[in-house]
Amino acid sequence: MKLSGYIPIAVVTAALAVVPFISSSNTLFNFMVMSLIITLAAQGWNILGGVAGQTSFGHALFFGVGCYTASILQVHVGLNAWVAFLLALLAGAAAGFILGFLSFRAGLRGSYFALITLAFAELMRILANASEWTGGAAGLLLKLDPGFANMQFESRASFLWLALAFVFVGLVISRAIAGSRFGAHLVAVRENEDAARALGVDVLSVKLKAISLSGAMTAAAGVLYVQNFLYIDANIGFGVWISVEALLAPLVGGRGLVLGPLIGTFTLHGLGELTKSFAGRIPGIDLMVFAVVLIGVVAFASGGVLGLVRRFAPRLARRIAI
Amino acid sequence: MYSPTILIEAMINGLLTGAIYALIALGLTLVYGVLHIINFAHGAILASAMFAVWGLNVLGGIDPYLSILFLAPVFFALGYGVQRLIIGPAAKDDDGNILLITLGLSIFIENALLAGFGSDTRSISSDFSFSVVEAGPFLISSPRLVGFAGSLVVTALLWFIMSRTDAGKAIRAVAKEKLGASLMGIDVGHVYALTFGLGCAALAVAAGLLMPTFYVNPRVGGAFVNIAFTIVVLGGMGSIPGAMIGGLLIGLVESLSGLLLGESLGQIGIFIIFILVLLLKPTGLFGAKA
Repeated sequence: MKLSGYIPIAVVTAALAVVPFISSSNTLFNFMVMSLIITLAAQGWNILGGVAGQTSFGHALFFGVGCYTASILQVHVGLNAWVAFLLALLAGAAAGFILGFLSFRAGLRGSYFALITLAFAELMRILANASEWTGGAAGLLLKLDPGFANMQFESRASFLWLALAFVFVGLVISRAIAGSRFGAHLVAVRENEDAARALGVDVLSVKLKAISLSGAMTAAAGVLYVQNFLYIDANIGFGVWISVEALLAPLVGGRGLVLGPLIGTFTLHGLGELTKSFAGRIPGIDLMVFAVVLIGVVAFASGGVLGLVRRFAPRLARRIAI
Repeated sequence: MYSPTILIEAMINGLLTGAIYALIALGLTLVYGVLHIINFAHGAILASAMFAVWGLNVLGGIDPYLSILFLAPVFFALGYGVQRLIIGPAAKDDDGNILLITLGLSIFIENALLAGFGSDTRSISSDFSFSVVEAGPFLISSPRLVGFAGSLVVTALLWFIMSRTDAGKAIRAVAKEKLGASLMGIDVGHVYALTFGLGCAALAVAAGLLMPTFYVNPRVGGAFVNIAFTIVVLGGMGSIPGAMIGGLLIGLVESLSGLLLGESLGQIGIFIIFILVLLLKPTGLFGAKA
């Protein structure tokens, strides 16, 4: 892969990084941090669901594993936040590997795969709600103790940059995959699994690598979530909301594309904020907009926002390599 | 330990509730069998039907059971329209797309209910809601008994429609061989909408049967839809007898695991069955090939 493929990533990251210098609005900070956390979860989804074509409806499984691994290790074991973070990544990858090993070996595809991911996430939600280690229905509270070692920061800008750094790494990984042999295998599996197998691609191993990486990335988003809010319960960690968020963003931004999850999250949440400012604080109104956008994208613009750029400005699309 | 009376009573109540679950799963399995799509909006449609039953009762003083007569045709028409106007045109023969469209519909309906009614939980309770029938040493909830009977009636009705009417024959023809059916002059789009409408009508009946003993809030569909997925997978996607037997089994499992493991873990048995069936025999007990 040529280096030019990384230029859009550098430009977008730099543009987001200067935001704290321009405005210190708390609303804007919260919006940015939450969007970056969801972007990271969506980047994880995109590798499995977008590039490899295995539509998961249960990425909450990985998000929750990330949340709970990080918090349990800090609260009950007293582990350093960064070590806990690394172990949470491993736990997310392991969760992905186990789910993938069970379901891909059983030959589950399409709707069946979507259903089993949903079932695993719900199973974990019920267990987390009932177990003592997770604080049960009351949830777990992390101690407020700002400092780099605890992955907590006095200034909101520092946390924003941390989240942005995570997203940047996610973008670089996605770009590297897109230009690699592994990436080509993923696309082959998505387009025609049987043909890929016939051409000598080890489909199971390719899918397992994709789901493990996907699990680790989405678990990282979970870690960011707990480090920011310092609280987790079963309905947040393993709730349907994050499965939906992780899947919506890449679809709206551009399924399978490197910048898809980022563009999608900011588009959706931007629209959500706009709706709220026009319609007031009616509960659910922003999600109604999400739903209309989702149906509209699937029906009329299956390439998402970046697909539209490709269609209407092909020269621009080539120049910024999307 | 639990006395045999309590265990048997729990089993009876589980089977009775299971029949209503079966009714909810019936529409899901029918739509899967004909359209080959998993309708993620199923739970949200059920929630809106439950709100309709609640609204008719609170505003019009109409009995939940009576409201079925009015709501079943209305939901049939709504389902017909949604399939014709939204799902059909947007689907473009791509299974993944339909899955996402129904997910979008589900998010839309759920949040429209939230915006309209707020997140409060509402219920209809009358003396009948708490009345019981004494059968020997066992106490059986009367509304659950009515629900059981209602579910059997609807299943019989659906069986009659599918096996004895022209519409039913057209539905079966499309389910078996879409292209062949369309070559024989069957309007496939109409049959799809008809099937979706039937599924929604069954949900309206289920809503009427559920409301005397259950509560409704905008998110209630989620709980039911997971149960319905499990039943459909267990019984075999597309199988009507499978949905009925699967429903009864799941009702039994839920009731017993609730009794033995406690309220918060009650649903765990359902998900374990769900996962095991998917992994070991994704075609279910009665299903054709996946």
